[in-house]
Amino acid sequence: MNWIFAPFKFFGSITHRFIRELGRMGCFFAESLFWMAFPPYLMQRIVRRIHFIGVKTSSVIVLTGAFTGMVMALQVYYVLVKFGAEASLGPVVALSLIRELGPVISALMVIGCAGSALTAEIGIMRITEQIDALDAMALNPYKYLIIPSLLAGVISLPLLNAIFVTVGVFGGYAVGVGLMGISSGTYFGGIRDFVEAKDILEGIYKSLSFGVLITLISCYKGYYTGYGAEGVSKATTQAVVLSSVTILVWDYFMTSILVT
Amino acid sequence: MIEVVDLYKSFNDHPVLKGINLRVDEGKTLALIGGSGKGKSVLLKIIIGLMRPDRGKVLIDNQDIGRLRGKALKRLKERCGIVFQGGALFDSLTVFENIAFPLEEKTRMKASQIRDTVMRELARVGLSGSETKYPAEISGGMKKRVALARCLVMNPEIVLFDEPTTGLDPLIGKAIHKLIRECQKSLNFTAIIVTHEIPAIFSMVDRVAMLFDGKILAEGTPGEIETTKDPVIHQFIHGELEGPITIQ
Ligand SMILES: Nc1ncnc2c1ncn2[C@@H]1O[C@H](COP(=O)(O)OP(=O)(O)OP(=O)(O)O)[C@@H](O)[C@H]1O
Ligand SMILES: [Mg+2]
Repeated sequence: MNWIFAPFKFFGSITHRFIRELGRMGCFFAESLFWMAFPPYLMQRIVRRIHFIGVKTSSVIVLTGAFTGMVMALQVYYVLVKFGAEASLGPVVALSLIRELGPVISALMVIGCAGSALTAEIGIMRITEQIDALDAMALNPYKYLIIPSLLAGVISLPLLNAIFVTVGVFGGYAVGVGLMGISSGTYFGGIRDFVEAKDILEGIYKSLSFGVLITLISCYKGYYTGYGAEGVSKATTQAVVLSSVTILVWDYFMTSILVT
Repeated sequence: MIEVVDLYKSFNDHPVLKGINLRVDEGKTLALIGGSGKGKSVLLKIIIGLMRPDRGKVLIDNQDIGRLRGKALKRLKERCGIVFQGGALFDSLTVFENIAFPLEEKTRMKASQIRDTVMRELARVGLSGSETKYPAEISGGMKKRVALARCLVMNPEIVLFDEPTTGLDPLIGKAIHKLIRECQKSLNFTAIIVTHEIPAIFSMVDRVAMLFDGKILAEGTPGEIETTKDPVIHQFIHGELEGPITIQ
Protein backbone atom coordinates (compact mmCIF):
# COMPACT_ATOMS: atom_id res chain seq x y z
CA MET A 1 0.00 0.00 0.00
CA ASN A 2 2.93 2.25 0.65
CA TRP A 3 3.53 3.02 -2.98
CA ILE A 4 0.07 4.59 -3.27
CA PHE A 5 0.85 7.11 -0.62
CA ALA A 6 4.44 7.71 -1.60
CA PRO A 7 3.74 10.49 -4.13
CA PHE A 8 1.40 12.26 -1.70
CA LYS A 9 4.00 11.98 1.00
CA PHE A 10 6.63 13.31 -1.36
CA PHE A 11 4.64 16.34 -2.48
CA GLY A 12 3.38 16.89 1.02
CA SER A 13 6.88 17.06 2.42
CA ILE A 14 8.04 19.38 -0.37
CA THR A 15 5.10 21.71 0.20
CA HIS A 16 5.67 21.58 3.93
CA ARG A 17 9.36 22.41 3.52
CA PHE A 18 8.58 25.23 1.11
CA ILE A 19 6.06 26.85 3.42
CA ARG A 20 8.28 26.46 6.45
CA GLU A 21 11.22 27.99 4.59
CA LEU A 22 9.04 30.88 3.42
CA GLY A 23 7.82 31.47 6.96
CA ARG A 24 11.31 31.45 8.40
CA MET A 25 12.51 33.84 5.75
CA GLY A 26 9.57 36.12 6.47
CA CYS A 27 10.44 36.12 10.16
CA PHE A 28 14.07 36.81 9.30
CA PHE A 29 13.06 39.78 7.17
CA ALA A 30 10.63 41.06 9.79
CA GLU A 31 13.29 40.84 12.48
CA SER A 32 15.74 42.74 10.30
CA LEU A 33 13.17 45.48 9.70
CA PHE A 34 12.37 45.59 13.40
CA TRP A 35 15.99 46.12 14.43
CA MET A 36 16.45 48.66 11.66
CA ALA A 37 14.12 50.93 13.58
CA PHE A 38 16.51 51.22 16.53
CA PRO A 39 19.94 52.83 16.79
CA PRO A 40 22.88 52.42 16.56
CA TYR A 41 23.08 52.90 12.80
CA LEU A 42 26.40 51.50 11.77
CA MET A 43 27.17 53.80 8.86
CA GLN A 44 30.71 52.55 8.46
CA ARG A 45 29.52 49.00 8.08
CA ILE A 46 26.93 50.01 5.50
CA VAL A 47 29.57 51.84 3.47
CA ARG A 48 31.87 48.84 3.68
CA ARG A 49 29.06 46.60 2.47
CA ILE A 50 28.33 48.91 -0.45
CA HIS A 51 32.01 48.72 -1.30
CA PHE A 52 31.84 44.94 -1.01
CA ILE A 53 28.89 44.67 -3.40
CA GLY A 54 29.82 47.54 -5.71
CA VAL A 55 33.50 46.92 -6.28
CA LYS A 56 33.03 43.19 -6.70
CA THR A 57 30.42 43.73 -9.37
CA SER A 58 31.06 47.00 -11.20
CA SER A 59 33.66 45.76 -13.71
CA VAL A 60 31.45 42.80 -14.58
CA ILE A 61 28.50 45.15 -14.91
CA VAL A 62 30.38 47.37 -17.36
CA LEU A 63 31.45 44.40 -19.44
CA THR A 64 28.06 42.66 -19.57
CA GLY A 65 26.29 45.99 -20.04
CA ALA A 66 28.37 46.85 -23.09
CA PHE A 67 27.86 43.49 -24.75
CA THR A 68 24.18 43.32 -23.89
CA GLY A 69 23.65 46.72 -25.53
CA MET A 70 25.68 45.69 -28.55
CA VAL A 71 23.94 42.39 -29.13
CA MET A 72 20.56 44.01 -28.60
CA ALA A 73 21.34 46.61 -31.26
CA LEU A 74 22.52 43.92 -33.65
CA GLN A 75 19.46 41.71 -33.20
CA VAL A 76 16.95 44.52 -33.18
CA TYR A 77 18.50 46.18 -36.22
CA TYR A 78 17.90 43.17 -38.44
CA VAL A 79 14.30 42.93 -37.31
CA LEU A 80 13.67 46.66 -37.70
CA VAL A 81 15.16 46.72 -41.20
CA LYS A 82 12.45 44.28 -42.27
CA PHE A 83 9.86 46.87 -41.33
CA GLY A 84 11.92 49.74 -42.59
CA ALA A 85 11.99 51.13 -39.09
CA GLU A 86 15.71 51.13 -38.33
CA ALA A 87 15.43 54.73 -37.17
CA SER A 88 13.77 53.54 -33.99
CA LEU A 89 16.76 51.42 -33.01
CA GLY A 90 17.75 53.85 -30.25
CA PRO A 91 14.47 53.83 -28.30
CA VAL A 92 13.99 50.06 -28.70
CA VAL A 93 17.43 49.31 -27.29
CA ALA A 94 17.16 51.93 -24.56
CA LEU A 95 13.65 50.95 -23.47
CA SER A 96 14.42 47.26 -23.21
CA LEU A 97 17.59 48.02 -21.29
CA ILE A 98 15.96 50.49 -18.95
CA ARG A 99 12.81 48.53 -18.22
CA GLU A 100 13.92 44.95 -18.35
CA LEU A 101 17.43 43.89 -19.18
CA GLY A 102 19.25 46.40 -17.00
CA PRO A 103 17.57 45.52 -13.70
CA VAL A 104 17.45 41.79 -14.37
CA ILE A 105 20.94 41.21 -15.75
CA SER A 106 22.63 43.50 -13.25
CA ALA A 107 20.76 41.66 -10.49
CA LEU A 108 21.96 38.33 -11.85
CA MET A 109 25.52 39.63 -11.93
CA VAL A 110 25.24 40.85 -8.34
CA ILE A 111 23.96 37.41 -7.32
CA GLY A 112 26.94 35.74 -8.95
CA CYS A 113 29.57 38.15 -7.69
CA ALA A 114 28.38 39.45 -4.35
CA GLY A 115 25.34 37.42 -3.25
CA SER A 116 27.24 34.14 -3.23
CA ALA A 117 30.15 35.75 -1.40
CA LEU A 118 27.75 37.19 1.17
CA THR A 119 26.24 33.78 1.86
CA ALA A 120 29.65 32.14 2.14
CA GLU A 121 30.96 34.86 4.43
CA ILE A 122 28.01 34.82 6.81
CA GLY A 123 27.88 31.02 6.66
CA ILE A 124 31.52 30.72 7.68
CA MET A 125 30.95 33.22 10.47
CA ARG A 126 28.13 30.99 11.65
CA ILE A 127 30.05 27.70 11.62
CA THR A 128 33.14 29.21 13.25
CA GLU A 129 30.91 30.63 16.02
CA GLN A 130 31.70 34.24 15.16
CA ILE A 131 27.98 35.02 15.15
CA ASP A 132 27.67 33.38 18.56
CA ALA A 133 30.60 35.48 19.72
CA LEU A 134 28.80 38.67 18.66
CA ASP A 135 25.69 37.48 20.42
CA ALA A 136 27.65 36.64 23.58
CA MET A 137 29.06 40.18 23.60
CA ALA A 138 25.46 41.39 23.67
CA LEU A 139 25.85 42.78 20.16
CA ASN A 140 22.98 42.12 17.80
CA PRO A 141 24.12 40.08 14.76
CA TYR A 142 21.28 41.59 12.72
CA LYS A 143 22.68 45.04 13.33
CA TYR A 144 26.24 44.06 12.52
CA LEU A 145 25.78 41.70 9.60
CA ILE A 146 22.31 41.56 8.14
CA ILE A 147 21.01 45.12 8.13
CA PRO A 148 24.15 46.69 6.61
CA SER A 149 23.99 44.11 3.82
CA LEU A 150 20.29 44.71 3.19
CA LEU A 151 20.75 48.48 3.03
CA ALA A 152 23.84 48.15 0.86
CA GLY A 153 21.87 45.98 -1.56
CA VAL A 154 19.06 48.51 -1.75
CA ILE A 155 21.51 51.34 -2.34
CA SER A 156 23.93 49.71 -4.75
CA LEU A 157 21.61 47.79 -7.05
CA PRO A 158 19.94 50.86 -8.59
CA LEU A 159 23.38 52.41 -9.06
CA LEU A 160 24.79 49.32 -10.72
CA ASN A 161 21.67 49.15 -12.83
CA ALA A 162 22.25 52.75 -13.92
CA ILE A 163 25.82 51.93 -14.93
CA PHE A 164 24.62 48.89 -16.82
CA VAL A 165 21.98 50.82 -18.74
CA THR A 166 24.29 53.71 -19.57
CA VAL A 167 27.05 51.47 -20.83
CA GLY A 168 24.47 49.36 -22.69
CA VAL A 169 23.01 52.38 -24.49
CA PHE A 170 26.49 53.36 -25.64
CA GLY A 171 27.17 49.77 -26.67
CA GLY A 172 24.05 49.93 -28.81
CA TYR A 173 25.26 53.24 -30.15
CA ALA A 174 28.59 51.70 -31.15
CA VAL A 175 26.87 48.99 -33.15
CA GLY A 176 23.95 51.03 -34.51
CA VAL A 177 25.88 54.14 -35.45
CA GLY A 178 29.36 52.72 -35.89
CA LEU A 179 28.57 49.51 -37.74
CA MET A 180 25.11 49.91 -39.21
CA GLY A 181 25.37 53.53 -40.15
CA ILE A 182 22.38 55.03 -38.40
CA SER A 183 22.98 58.69 -37.72
CA SER A 184 23.95 59.68 -34.23
CA GLY A 185 21.13 62.23 -34.04
CA THR A 186 18.51 59.63 -34.94
CA TYR A 187 19.77 57.26 -32.23
CA PHE A 188 19.76 59.72 -29.34
CA GLY A 189 16.88 61.81 -30.65
CA GLY A 190 14.70 58.71 -30.67
CA ILE A 191 15.70 57.89 -27.13
CA ARG A 192 14.82 61.43 -26.00
CA ASP A 193 11.43 61.28 -27.65
CA PHE A 194 10.31 57.88 -26.51
CA VAL A 195 11.86 57.20 -23.09
CA GLU A 196 9.65 58.64 -20.37
CA ALA A 197 10.23 59.16 -16.69
CA LYS A 198 7.91 56.29 -15.85
CA ASP A 199 10.10 53.86 -17.81
CA ILE A 200 13.10 54.90 -15.79
CA LEU A 201 11.09 54.67 -12.58
CA GLU A 202 10.04 51.15 -13.48
CA GLY A 203 13.69 50.16 -13.77
CA ILE A 204 14.51 51.80 -10.46
CA TYR A 205 11.62 50.15 -8.62
CA LYS A 206 12.68 46.82 -9.99
CA SER A 207 16.29 47.10 -9.01
CA LEU A 208 15.36 48.41 -5.55
CA SER A 209 13.22 45.36 -4.94
CA PHE A 210 15.86 43.06 -6.42
CA GLY A 211 18.37 44.57 -4.03
CA VAL A 212 16.20 43.60 -1.07
CA LEU A 213 15.48 40.12 -2.41
CA ILE A 214 19.07 39.22 -3.27
CA THR A 215 20.61 40.35 -0.01
CA LEU A 216 17.72 38.94 2.01
CA ILE A 217 18.04 35.47 0.47
CA SER A 218 21.84 35.50 0.60
CA CYS A 219 21.96 36.59 4.23
CA TYR A 220 19.22 34.19 5.23
CA LYS A 221 20.91 31.20 3.63
CA GLY A 222 24.22 32.09 5.25
CA TYR A 223 22.69 32.78 8.65
CA TYR A 224 20.97 29.40 8.75
CA THR A 225 23.71 27.41 7.05
CA GLY A 226 24.28 23.73 7.78
CA TYR A 227 27.39 22.39 9.44
CA GLY A 228 30.87 22.27 8.02
CA ALA A 229 32.27 23.16 4.65
CA GLU A 230 29.58 21.11 2.95
CA GLY A 231 26.86 23.05 4.73
CA VAL A 232 28.28 26.37 3.57
CA SER A 233 28.76 25.21 -0.01
CA LYS A 234 25.18 23.94 -0.09
CA ALA A 235 23.91 27.19 1.36
CA THR A 236 25.82 29.18 -1.25
CA THR A 237 24.46 27.14 -4.14
CA GLN A 238 20.94 27.38 -2.77
CA ALA A 239 21.27 31.12 -2.32
CA VAL A 240 22.39 31.62 -5.92
CA VAL A 241 19.71 29.38 -7.40
CA LEU A 242 16.91 30.64 -5.19
CA SER A 243 17.70 34.31 -5.68
CA SER A 244 18.05 33.93 -9.47
CA VAL A 245 14.72 32.16 -9.73
CA THR A 246 13.05 34.59 -7.35
CA ILE A 247 14.35 37.55 -9.35
CA LEU A 248 12.90 36.24 -12.60
CA VAL A 249 9.54 35.32 -11.10
CA TRP A 250 9.28 38.58 -9.16
CA ASP A 251 10.25 40.48 -12.30
CA TYR A 252 7.24 39.09 -14.12
CA PHE A 253 4.86 40.22 -11.39
CA MET A 254 6.52 43.62 -11.07
CA THR A 255 6.22 44.13 -14.81
CA SER A 256 2.59 43.09 -14.94
CA ILE A 257 1.75 45.46 -12.11
CA LEU A 258 3.83 48.40 -13.35
CA VAL A 259 2.80 48.16 -17.00
CA THR A 260 -0.94 48.18 -16.34
CA MET B 1 26.28 33.05 41.05
CA ILE B 2 25.48 30.54 38.36
CA GLU B 3 22.79 27.99 39.00
CA VAL B 4 21.71 25.33 36.55
CA VAL B 5 18.47 23.58 37.38
CA ASP B 6 17.35 20.29 35.87
CA LEU B 7 18.58 21.04 32.37
CA TYR B 8 17.75 18.81 29.38
CA LYS B 9 18.96 19.15 25.83
CA SER B 10 18.84 16.76 22.90
CA PHE B 11 19.76 17.05 19.23
CA ASN B 12 17.57 15.15 16.75
CA ASP B 13 16.31 12.76 19.45
CA HIS B 14 19.87 12.18 20.65
CA PRO B 15 19.90 13.24 24.29
CA VAL B 16 23.06 15.07 25.31
CA LEU B 17 22.15 16.64 28.63
CA LYS B 18 19.76 14.66 30.83
CA GLY B 19 19.06 16.66 33.94
CA ILE B 20 22.02 18.82 34.86
CA ASN B 21 22.07 20.44 38.28
CA LEU B 22 25.01 22.65 39.06
CA ARG B 23 25.83 25.64 41.18
CA VAL B 24 28.82 27.94 41.22
CA ASP B 25 28.94 30.47 44.02
CA GLU B 26 29.90 34.09 43.57
CA GLY B 27 33.63 34.53 43.02
CA LYS B 28 34.32 30.80 42.86
CA THR B 29 35.78 28.79 40.01
CA LEU B 30 34.57 25.39 38.94
CA ALA B 31 36.36 22.98 36.67
CA LEU B 32 34.02 20.98 34.48
CA ILE B 33 35.53 17.72 33.34
CA GLY B 34 34.07 14.92 31.28
CA GLY B 35 34.53 12.85 28.17
CA SER B 36 34.87 14.29 24.73
CA GLY B 37 31.58 14.90 22.92
CA LYS B 38 29.54 14.55 26.10
CA GLY B 39 28.04 18.03 26.07
CA LYS B 40 30.36 20.31 27.96
CA SER B 41 30.43 22.96 25.24
CA VAL B 42 26.68 22.64 24.81
CA LEU B 43 26.21 23.23 28.54
CA LEU B 44 28.30 26.41 28.40
CA LYS B 45 26.36 27.72 25.42
CA ILE B 46 23.09 27.11 27.20
CA ILE B 47 24.35 28.85 30.32
CA ILE B 48 25.27 31.99 28.39
CA GLY B 49 22.02 31.94 26.43
CA LEU B 50 23.30 31.03 22.97
CA MET B 51 21.27 27.83 22.91
CA ARG B 52 17.89 27.08 24.38
CA PRO B 53 17.47 24.06 26.60
CA ASP B 54 14.60 21.66 25.99
CA ARG B 55 13.75 21.80 29.67
CA GLY B 56 15.12 23.33 32.83
CA LYS B 57 16.59 26.73 33.50
CA VAL B 58 19.74 28.68 34.11
CA LEU B 59 19.81 31.28 36.82
CA ILE B 60 22.51 33.91 36.88
CA ASP B 61 22.29 35.89 40.09
CA ASN B 62 18.76 34.52 40.43
CA GLN B 63 17.70 35.83 37.03
CA ASP B 64 16.41 33.22 34.60
CA ILE B 65 18.38 33.87 31.42
CA GLY B 66 15.79 32.06 29.31
CA ARG B 67 13.06 34.48 30.38
CA LEU B 68 14.93 37.75 30.17
CA ARG B 69 14.30 39.97 27.16
CA GLY B 70 15.60 43.20 25.70
CA LYS B 71 17.63 45.51 27.91
CA ALA B 72 17.76 43.20 30.90
CA LEU B 73 19.14 40.35 28.80
CA LYS B 74 21.65 42.69 27.23
CA ARG B 75 22.85 43.91 30.60
CA LEU B 76 23.22 40.37 31.85
CA LYS B 77 25.18 39.30 28.76
CA GLU B 78 27.46 42.29 29.14
CA ARG B 79 28.48 40.98 32.53
CA CYS B 80 29.35 37.59 31.11
CA GLY B 81 32.17 36.48 28.88
CA ILE B 82 32.90 33.26 27.07
CA VAL B 83 36.07 31.92 25.50
CA PHE B 84 34.94 29.59 22.74
CA GLN B 85 36.64 26.27 22.18
CA GLY B 86 37.63 27.29 18.66
CA GLY B 87 38.40 30.90 19.58
CA ALA B 88 35.64 32.36 17.37
CA LEU B 89 37.86 35.28 16.38
CA PHE B 90 36.50 37.61 13.71
CA ASP B 91 38.58 36.55 10.74
CA SER B 92 38.10 39.79 8.84
CA LEU B 93 39.76 41.72 11.67
CA THR B 94 43.37 41.73 12.82
CA VAL B 95 44.41 40.50 16.25
CA PHE B 96 44.46 44.09 17.49
CA GLU B 97 41.03 44.88 16.04
CA ASN B 98 39.60 41.68 17.48
CA ILE B 99 40.54 42.66 21.01
CA ALA B 100 39.62 46.30 20.43
CA PHE B 101 36.22 45.35 18.97
CA PRO B 102 34.27 44.91 22.22
CA LEU B 103 35.89 48.05 23.63
CA GLU B 104 34.93 50.10 20.59
CA GLU B 105 31.40 48.78 20.47
CA LYS B 106 30.56 48.63 24.15
CA THR B 107 32.53 51.37 25.88
CA ARG B 108 33.11 55.06 25.36
CA MET B 109 36.89 54.81 25.56
CA LYS B 110 39.02 57.05 23.39
CA ALA B 111 41.10 55.52 20.62
CA SER B 112 44.37 56.08 22.49
CA GLN B 113 42.93 54.49 25.62
CA ILE B 114 41.73 51.51 23.63
CA ARG B 115 45.16 51.17 22.09
CA ASP B 116 46.88 51.11 25.48
CA THR B 117 44.40 48.63 26.91
CA VAL B 118 44.71 46.27 23.97
CA MET B 119 48.51 46.40 23.98
CA ARG B 120 48.57 45.70 27.70
CA GLU B 121 46.23 42.77 27.26
CA LEU B 122 48.29 41.40 24.38
CA ALA B 123 51.46 41.62 26.44
CA ARG B 124 49.69 39.77 29.23
CA VAL B 125 48.95 36.77 26.99
CA GLY B 126 52.44 36.93 25.50
CA LEU B 127 51.47 38.12 22.06
CA SER B 128 53.09 41.54 21.75
CA GLY B 129 54.14 42.03 18.16
CA SER B 130 51.34 39.98 16.59
CA GLU B 131 48.75 42.74 16.63
CA THR B 132 48.72 43.33 12.88
CA LYS B 133 48.32 39.66 11.96
CA TYR B 134 45.00 38.16 10.89
CA PRO B 135 43.58 35.11 12.69
CA ALA B 136 44.36 32.96 9.64
CA GLU B 137 48.04 33.85 10.01
CA ILE B 138 48.52 32.77 13.62
CA SER B 139 48.73 29.33 15.20
CA GLY B 140 45.93 27.58 17.03
CA GLY B 141 47.52 28.27 20.40
CA MET B 142 47.89 31.94 19.58
CA LYS B 143 44.23 32.11 18.58
CA LYS B 144 43.28 30.67 21.96
CA ARG B 145 45.26 33.40 23.68
CA VAL B 146 43.77 36.16 21.55
CA ALA B 147 40.30 34.83 22.36
CA LEU B 148 41.21 34.86 26.03
CA ALA B 149 42.43 38.45 25.77
CA ARG B 150 39.28 39.52 23.91
CA CYS B 151 37.15 38.07 26.67
CA LEU B 152 39.12 39.40 29.63
CA VAL B 153 39.53 42.91 28.23
CA MET B 154 35.92 43.62 29.14
CA ASN B 155 36.45 42.68 32.80
CA PRO B 156 33.52 40.26 32.93
CA GLU B 157 32.00 39.19 36.24
CA ILE B 158 31.19 35.72 35.00
CA VAL B 159 33.49 33.90 32.61
CA LEU B 160 33.07 30.59 30.86
CA PHE B 161 36.27 29.09 29.50
CA ASP B 162 35.89 26.30 26.98
CA GLU B 163 39.18 24.42 27.01
CA PRO B 164 41.41 27.50 27.25
CA THR B 165 44.64 25.49 27.26
CA THR B 166 43.91 22.52 25.03
CA GLY B 167 46.41 22.43 22.18
CA LEU B 168 48.95 24.71 23.85
CA ASP B 169 52.45 23.62 24.75
CA PRO B 170 52.97 22.85 28.46
CA LEU B 171 54.74 26.12 29.21
CA ILE B 172 52.14 28.34 27.64
CA GLY B 173 49.41 26.16 29.12
CA LYS B 174 50.85 26.81 32.56
CA ALA B 175 51.21 30.51 31.81
CA ILE B 176 47.56 30.69 30.76
CA HIS B 177 46.48 28.90 33.91
CA LYS B 178 48.50 31.38 35.92
CA LEU B 179 46.97 34.25 33.96
CA ILE B 180 43.46 33.00 34.60
CA ARG B 181 44.20 32.61 38.28
CA GLU B 182 45.68 36.09 38.55
CA CYS B 183 42.76 37.64 36.71
CA GLN B 184 40.40 35.70 38.92
CA LYS B 185 42.13 37.11 41.99
CA SER B 186 42.12 40.69 40.77
CA LEU B 187 38.67 40.76 39.13
CA ASN B 188 37.14 38.16 41.40
CA PHE B 189 34.98 36.73 38.63
CA THR B 190 32.90 33.60 38.83
CA ALA B 191 34.14 31.03 36.36
CA ILE B 192 33.46 27.68 34.83
CA ILE B 193 36.50 26.16 33.16
CA VAL B 194 35.93 23.24 30.85
CA THR B 195 39.20 21.40 30.65
CA HIS B 196 41.02 18.16 30.05
CA GLU B 197 44.07 19.34 32.01
CA ILE B 198 43.91 16.80 34.78
CA PRO B 199 45.40 17.04 37.36
CA ALA B 200 46.94 20.47 36.62
CA ILE B 201 43.56 22.16 36.93
CA PHE B 202 42.96 20.81 40.43
CA SER B 203 45.39 23.24 42.00
CA MET B 204 43.70 26.33 40.60
CA VAL B 205 39.96 25.86 41.07
CA ASP B 206 37.68 25.83 44.06
CA ARG B 207 35.48 23.01 42.89
CA VAL B 208 35.38 20.27 40.29
CA ALA B 209 32.35 18.74 38.61
CA MET B 210 32.32 15.71 36.40
CA LEU B 211 29.84 15.41 33.55
CA PHE B 212 28.97 11.84 32.72
CA ASP B 213 26.08 10.39 30.76
CA GLY B 214 24.29 13.74 30.54
CA LYS B 215 24.35 14.34 34.29
CA ILE B 216 26.69 15.79 36.87
CA LEU B 217 28.07 12.59 38.33
CA ALA B 218 29.93 14.24 41.16
CA GLU B 219 30.78 17.70 42.40
CA GLY B 220 33.21 18.60 45.13
CA THR B 221 36.50 20.13 46.07
CA PRO B 222 39.51 19.03 44.01
CA GLY B 223 40.69 16.96 46.99
CA GLU B 224 37.40 15.14 47.24
CA ILE B 225 37.33 14.38 43.52
CA GLU B 226 40.92 13.22 43.47
CA THR B 227 40.47 10.78 46.31
CA THR B 228 36.98 9.59 45.40
CA LYS B 229 36.13 5.92 45.47
CA ASP B 230 33.70 6.29 42.54
CA PRO B 231 35.08 3.94 39.89
CA VAL B 232 33.96 6.14 36.95
CA ILE B 233 35.67 9.27 38.22
CA HIS B 234 38.70 7.35 39.35
CA GLN B 235 39.08 5.81 35.92
CA PHE B 236 38.55 9.13 34.14
CA ILE B 237 40.98 11.26 36.09
CA HIS B 238 43.66 8.62 35.98
CA GLY B 239 43.08 7.94 32.30
CA GLU B 240 42.80 4.18 32.68
CA LEU B 241 41.51 2.10 29.82
CA GLU B 242 40.09 -0.62 32.11
CA GLY B 243 36.97 0.33 34.02
CA PRO B 244 33.28 1.19 33.81
CA ILE B 245 33.72 3.81 31.04
CA THR B 246 33.97 2.24 27.62
CA ILE B 247 35.08 4.07 24.51
CA GLN B 248 32.73 3.27 21.71
N1 LIG C 1 24.45 22.32 17.01
C1 LIG C 1 24.44 21.00 17.18
N2 LIG C 1 23.62 20.22 16.44
C2 LIG C 1 23.58 18.89 16.62
N3 LIG C 1 24.31 18.23 17.51
C3 LIG C 1 25.15 18.94 18.27
C4 LIG C 1 25.26 20.36 18.15
N4 LIG C 1 26.17 20.81 19.04
C5 LIG C 1 26.62 19.71 19.68
N5 LIG C 1 26.01 18.59 19.23
C6 LIG C 1 26.23 17.23 19.76
O1 LIG C 1 26.21 17.29 21.15
C7 LIG C 1 27.19 16.46 21.71
C8 LIG C 1 28.04 17.23 22.68
O2 LIG C 1 28.86 18.16 22.01
P1 LIG C 1 29.86 19.13 22.77
O3 LIG C 1 30.48 19.99 21.75
O4 LIG C 1 29.14 19.80 23.88
O5 LIG C 1 30.93 18.13 23.35
P2 LIG C 1 32.11 18.46 24.36
O6 LIG C 1 31.79 17.78 25.64
O7 LIG C 1 32.35 19.92 24.41
O8 LIG C 1 33.33 17.71 23.67
P3 LIG C 1 34.87 18.17 23.54
O9 LIG C 1 35.52 17.88 24.85
O10 LIG C 1 35.40 17.29 22.47
O11 LIG C 1 34.86 19.60 23.16
C9 LIG C 1 27.99 15.87 20.56
O12 LIG C 1 27.59 14.53 20.40
C10 LIG C 1 27.57 16.67 19.36
O13 LIG C 1 27.47 15.82 18.26
MG1 LIG D 1 33.72 21.17 23.66
